[in-house]
Amino acid sequence: MTDTRYHSQIEAGHDSFGQTLRAEWVKFRTVRGWVIGLVVAALAILALGLGPSAQGSCGTNGPASDCIQPLGPGGEEVADSFYFAHQPLDGNGTITVRVTSLTGQIPDFSGGGGGSSGPQTRSGLVPWAKAGIIIKASTAQGSAYAAMMVTGAHGVQMQYDYTGDAPGLAGAVSAASPRWLRLTRSGDTFTGYDSADGAHWTKVGAATLTGLPPTVLGGLFATSPPYWQATGAGTSVTGGDSEATGAFDHVSLVGGWPNAAWAGTAIGDAGGPAAGSPGGFQEDAGRFTVSGVGDIAPSVAGAAGLGVTIAQTLIGVFAGLIAVAVVGAMFMTAEYRRGLIRVTLAATPGRGRVLAAKAVVIAAVTFAVGLVSSAIVVTVGQRILRSHGVYVWPVTVLTEARVIIGTAAVLAVAAVIALAIGTILRRSAGAVAAVIVVIVLPYLLTVTTPLLPVGPTEWLARVTPAAAFAVQQTLIAYPQVSNLYTPSAGYYPLAPWAGFAVLCAWAAVALALAAYLLRRRDA
Amino acid sequence: MTAPASVSVPWVDARSDAPRAGAALAALHAEWTKLRTLPGTWWLLVAVVALTAAVGVGADTAAACPAAGCGQDPAKFALSGVDLSQAVVAILAVLAISGEYSTGMIRTTLTATPRRLLVLGAKAAVVAGLTLAAGAGGVLAAMLAGRLILPGRGFTAAHGYPPLSLADGPDLRAAVGSVLYLALIALLALGVATAVRDSAVSIGLALALVYLFPVIASALSPSWSRHLQQIGPMSAGLLIQATGGLRGLPLAPWQGLGVLALWAAGALIIGGLALRLRDA
Repeated sequence: MTDTRYHSQIEAGHDSFGQTLRAEWVKFRTVRGWVIGLVVAALAILALGLGPSAQGSCGTNGPASDCIQPLGPGGEEVADSFYFAHQPLDGNGTITVRVTSLTGQIPDFSGGGGGSSGPQTRSGLVPWAKAGIIIKASTAQGSAYAAMMVTGAHGVQMQYDYTGDAPGLAGAVSAASPRWLRLTRSGDTFTGYDSADGAHWTKVGAATLTGLPPTVLGGLFATSPPYWQATGAGTSVTGGDSEATGAFDHVSLVGGWPNAAWAGTAIGDAGGPAAGSPGGFQEDAGRFTVSGVGDIAPSVAGAAGLGVTIAQTLIGVFAGLIAVAVVGAMFMTAEYRRGLIRVTLAATPGRGRVLAAKAVVIAAVTFAVGLVSSAIVVTVGQRILRSHGVYVWPVTVLTEARVIIGTAAVLAVAAVIALAIGTILRRSAGAVAAVIVVIVLPYLLTVTTPLLPVGPTEWLARVTPAAAFAVQQTLIAYPQVSNLYTPSAGYYPLAPWAGFAVLCAWAAVALALAAYLLRRRDA
Repeated sequence: MTAPASVSVPWVDARSDAPRAGAALAALHAEWTKLRTLPGTWWLLVAVVALTAAVGVGADTAAACPAAGCGQDPAKFALSGVDLSQAVVAILAVLAISGEYSTGMIRTTLTATPRRLLVLGAKAAVVAGLTLAAGAGGVLAAMLAGRLILPGRGFTAAHGYPPLSLADGPDLRAAVGSVLYLALIALLALGVATAVRDSAVSIGLALALVYLFPVIASALSPSWSRHLQQIGPMSAGLLIQATGGLRGLPLAPWQGLGVLALWAAGALIIGGLALRLRDA
């Protein structure tokens, strides 16, 4: 078959991609509307991020005077509130106990809850209610520890230094199936064992804690993180404090325990629990009961935590995206509308090269605009939020740079997608609508105003181009903390650059289709 | 049958003394023909119905009311598809006029009907009528789905939530109001597009106007956020979907829809002025 298509006989210039690039740049900067469009994008990002901002309750005694979270040994924010019945431990030693029950109180919302009489309570346990044995550097919040515990719904666990977590025996504890727990200190190494009968022991895990003083505290503990239940579409919660009580017997101390009296300390000020008591412990002929409120775990944001991330300052990216989508689509569709495309393709017969040059120009310009505006808004915006008493999760400089550069890159790639869709559809209305439907709407639905249930929201945050907003993630979701980990709270289902890769895949597919159609079709 | 010697078509010459009703009808008919024969129109209308119903079903299935007094509004779940389908409605309305500008058809239209406000009025009527029809279909399907699904998700009479019913005053208000809401969004978008003319910019602007206020409100302190919800076209307009807890709302339901009506009227007035004063 002979190819009857027309091929230009004009020799291409030797540096023609540079020329094409220059031609596209001249087109871009001389169309006032497009420049205005990008200025609008930058202004929207700045104005919405720096404008009247949220008010928090953390600034009653000056900026960020409250809501200071203890820091764990790794420098991360932690929750460290529990009731601790302890004795000093000099050097090495082992503590062994039998846990016979774990019971608790949780808020009861079945009586039309939240009335003036205050929340009612009922018997129950939150999944991560904890009671067991712990060896801890001191009573200071955030100090190093290792613990063996029974939990509300996750069986026996060994946890250490807030983020460490190793599972042991499964199943709930009861008088009929008690749990034996053992924790051994040998230098800086802590080893946890569990047993169902006190005779056959299984090693659960081992941890090395650094910076421990020679004399540490060891003993029994109980704690219970706040109870919450999802309501509505599953994106809002109601909840309240809960309390857990553990019953222990067969307490045996071997090693460097000076045989002092048991002392009780409520670590942290967890406030009054549902039952109205700060926890406590009782000893009766070798049988101990310890009740506590709080949690020993890494801190989280969102439903079960507090504060916002620096991504909160980037709320204007939503409006910026719309402006960028309009400009990106029109960068191509305007050529079709005016017929300029025929001149363009006559001047540069390599059609793929025209598309590439346009993509490079729009991506570079958008990236620059996005970089400047998000750098300003993130650095200044978080100061404004803090001065308004909002707890903003601190991040490292590298993470902050990743959020800023990532956001600019998302805007740039979104503009390229808009350009590609504009090339495919050749009509600006359809192109802008399509871009808004595939990028802006999923972003709205997952990040800013979640009105869909959690399941579909996560799905949107995985497969749509809005997955790329994972580059704004600064928080870690911990399986050992029960929380509603949603994108709107700053928890994305994909890792930052994996989410960005999803957007790039969309852009690659759209560009490939655009290049194919641009070559095949008459202009 | 004998043909008349001269066929009198009163609306061909708009400066004739033809009755106004005839000219209006002719303009309506012309707009109806144009919109009806665009291939995109029917797809967009189908999308309005499908999105309204499908998102409603999804929200219903995921809703949960584990105990009495869970403080949720079942009608809002059932009708949450409106949050999305309004985007499609806005696109439909924008295309109704900006399509004419991009092809130059507007000059033919204004030659045929020199009374420009009449053209805009006719477009508004046709777009609003189509939106009302599609919106009613979607909202009815969503209400029916809510009636069937929500009781299984804990919204039972025992928890204080009788099944959704159009015989119930607040539920009927939410349903009828949602249909009107969609029509008003269409008019708002039409007004914006008439003033802006370019389709891409109009769609961007209309959707930004709709979605911007809730996004900003979510980031603000409660008092600011309440004011924004009172003036935002979407946040105020969707108050019409509230069936309970009306005292805590920023505005009463019909007042909220009234705010949206003011936005739509304002946009149409600006668009009408621009259409009248500018060269096409």
